[in-house]
Amino acid sequence: MELLRKLEILADAAKYDASCASSGTSKRNSLKGGLGSTEGSGICHAYAPDGRCISLLKLLLTNACVFDCAYCINRASSNTPRARFTVEEVVQLTLGFYRRNTIEGLFLSSGIIRSPDYTMEQVVRVARVLRLEHGFRGYIHLKTIPDAAPELLAEAGLYADRLSINMELPTVAGLESLAPEKDFRRIRHAMAGLRTRIEGAQDEAKTARRAKAQKFAPAGQSTQMIVGADGADDGAILGTATDLYAGYRMRRVYYSAYSPIPDASRLLPPVAPPLVREHRLYQADWLLRFYGFSQAEIMAGGQGGMLDLELDPKTAWALQSRQDFPVDLNSAPREALLRVPGLGAKTVDRLIAARRHTRLRAADLGRLRVSLAKVLPFVVLADHVPRGLDGAGLRQRLLPATAFAAAARPIQMSLF
Amino acid sequence: MPALAPRQGVAVTLPGPADFTAWRQAARGLVAADIRPEQAEWVVAGELPGLLAEAPAPPPSGAPFSVPRAFLDQAEIAIRHSDPERFALLYGLLWRLVHGERHLMQAATDPAVIRLGALAKAVRRDAHKMHAFVRFREVQAEDGPRHIAWFEPDHHIEEAEADFFLRRFAALRWSIVTPRRSVSWDGTALQFGPGGRRADVPPDGAPGDRYEPLWRAYYASIFNPARLKPGAMRAEMPRKYWRNLPEAAEIPRLMAEAPRRVAEMMERAAAAPNPRPQLARYLAPGQLSAPPHVVRDMPTPIDPPTDSTLALAALREELLSRPDLPDFAARATQPVFGEGPVGARLMFVGEQPGDEEDIAGRPFVGPAGRLLDRALAQAGVDRREAYLTNAVKHFKYTPTGKRRIHQSPDAGDITYYRPFLAREVAAVAPRLVVSLGASALTALTGKKLPVLKTRGQVVTALGGQPVFATIHPSYLLRLPDQQAQADGFAAFVADLRAASEQA
Repeated sequence: MELLRKLEILADAAKYDASCASSGTSKRNSLKGGLGSTEGSGICHAYAPDGRCISLLKLLLTNACVFDCAYCINRASSNTPRARFTVEEVVQLTLGFYRRNTIEGLFLSSGIIRSPDYTMEQVVRVARVLRLEHGFRGYIHLKTIPDAAPELLAEAGLYADRLSINMELPTVAGLESLAPEKDFRRIRHAMAGLRTRIEGAQDEAKTARRAKAQKFAPAGQSTQMIVGADGADDGAILGTATDLYAGYRMRRVYYSAYSPIPDASRLLPPVAPPLVREHRLYQADWLLRFYGFSQAEIMAGGQGGMLDLELDPKTAWALQSRQDFPVDLNSAPREALLRVPGLGAKTVDRLIAARRHTRLRAADLGRLRVSLAKVLPFVVLADHVPRGLDGAGLRQRLLPATAFAAAARPIQMSLF
Repeated sequence: MPALAPRQGVAVTLPGPADFTAWRQAARGLVAADIRPEQAEWVVAGELPGLLAEAPAPPPSGAPFSVPRAFLDQAEIAIRHSDPERFALLYGLLWRLVHGERHLMQAATDPAVIRLGALAKAVRRDAHKMHAFVRFREVQAEDGPRHIAWFEPDHHIEEAEADFFLRRFAALRWSIVTPRRSVSWDGTALQFGPGGRRADVPPDGAPGDRYEPLWRAYYASIFNPARLKPGAMRAEMPRKYWRNLPEAAEIPRLMAEAPRRVAEMMERAAAAPNPRPQLARYLAPGQLSAPPHVVRDMPTPIDPPTDSTLALAALREELLSRPDLPDFAARATQPVFGEGPVGARLMFVGEQPGDEEDIAGRPFVGPAGRLLDRALAQAGVDRREAYLTNAVKHFKYTPTGKRRIHQSPDAGDITYYRPFLAREVAAVAPRLVVSLGASALTALTGKKLPVLKTRGQVVTALGGQPVFATIHPSYLLRLPDQQAQADGFAAFVADLRAASEQA
């Protein structure tokens, strides 16, 4: 098969994996040889019309697979055309694209062929050739197969910046019904193993004499859950996410709206992807990680285990927690400011710096480009006291008049 | 007041549009000479001359001064902005910083400070977009391949960002040409030259670079037509960049075809499964362990295994497959079993596995376990000869950010796991059971005995075995001061020694 055709099939097969991060790894450059660099922050080299960033060359080594996961285009019983790259083809595509400055590196995954060990060995070989034969210093993300041998995982961590194992479905029941070959406990077990190795390498780096420490996936591990394929509600998804963050030190949990695939399974007929729901889950994820919210607090802003689709989760929570407001922006502690709808972490830090020297007024907020309509109902300033905080009309006033919100209201989503 | 009479104005000519060192030097001179911001005019050499005649730098009159790092850091970036007012803005801020507003940079709502931040942010964004959107085209020169790019930045960032491309592409020979500047790397030195024209760089689709069609194919294939969100794309990749991105030529087609492609997917009924599915025949047996065998109803063994090792293995198997485990068990990584030789003289029973035990699948390997190890060593007990386990076999926790906070098992949890513990104790058949902490003591005796009053005594387990009571080592970790910890540790060691002597 022609290389171009293989690329089309195996990129198409890889696009349902949302992760594209190329940030947060060790700093490297090629001033003393090799090719490439990583400098902390990731770079998005292009954006597709789906609004997603293209940072890494995201490929499957092969889309042949013996697993039969209902949500997956590459499942064993799918009629999708199959292809397989050679190791050298992936290596040359990565280097060729990298030299043209179109990517930060490679995100390689694979369908499972022959055996988990055989598949993982092929994936690791690509990374090994890139690193050892070509001195590639760019970013490498490898998908890890939970059942592969520990030695293969150890070698993968040596070359990869990030490793990931996808949970895909947040509950045991979901996995059992839609992904019969996957096992919840084995996945968690493998994530625990990665955490042990990642932390071991970090500890070693702290104590060992320079350059002696063995590296292991310096950008940590991540995972993904599909939203809307099984019956799991937002509470279950965020509950699993908090456990994964806390238990296995996930750098990121990605949420991927289940999207129609060209050859759908009879178990999952095609429907429009729940993009608004996915967006709200990402917002909630941020509240969990950077704003000191618990899963229970976030879910209190929703109903029946689902987040509010019309309002962002912080505003939805605030409407249910009006006894905590108004917050005085001139005196309240940082944790309280972080809970004000419409105030991000950066804005909060600037407000705290500014209020040391001046009494904050509504105009100051305006200059910081804060959405006054969102913030003012919940805060006290030198020249502002909110009215109607207890009123029934507050929710209506807070509903954004954007196309996005409009799309959220009538149905989950149509193309817009 | 300075001795010098205030001048009408001073014009300063800077050698380049983003030369921070020169601006800094000139600004220092102006402040020293007490030239107010409205009296200074800034001109870049080669650009239009200013209204004021150039005056020689006035002699300094003030004392040396320092300015906050926060200002210099922002100013060094902001000076690359194409706004002609940037020099005056910086000098205005500098003037205020040295004339009584030393904390100005913290005044996040001051309009000039906000403007400085906005300029710096725009420059950083421009630099970031340059890192992202420069597209090299490979051309074959007589002496080998060269990588050439045409790029149109908004601000004066070419020199500052050349290093980025050097760090990344030191192994290649490359040139980046912009309307104002060109940068080249020949393998040994960076060279800066005048700007060029787009025609200096080979156009899109120029023959010879086989990766360009591949890249366009990748871009088209990675796009998901069911998620069309062109606004999000344009926010991060504005149209102005499209003409220099070969893949952007695919955008109109991809957008036009998306609705039809989605409609086709939705209309097509789920197809029949592939009659020739991918086969699992290559899977080696055992490589994919079968899903755990779920026992629907767990009968109490009528004929318990007589062999102790088998009994422990059966216990382990049962704990993995029980359908009625408490809810928190499903959130643990794995059950943590006991560890140690059957027939051990001493059997230690703790409360429940913690974070590190849950990850490792072994008891007493976390902070409390390490403390226990130290105490055992001091008491002369070899851990490898003892059997260690917990009353509750799964980690019960509350997640908070990046940590799992230990949650004490309640009476129901202890009751649930009690039969397992009892069978474990019976199988190991130690001479003495040592209960560590209150939960273990309750689990073993069935009574809520106060640990601090019971410690050092031998009480009787429900199964009749003797139980030596002491504290849990995690209690020592929570003691407030070093002296209390040292005393507590010594008492704990004494307990362990006493237990060992009685066993």
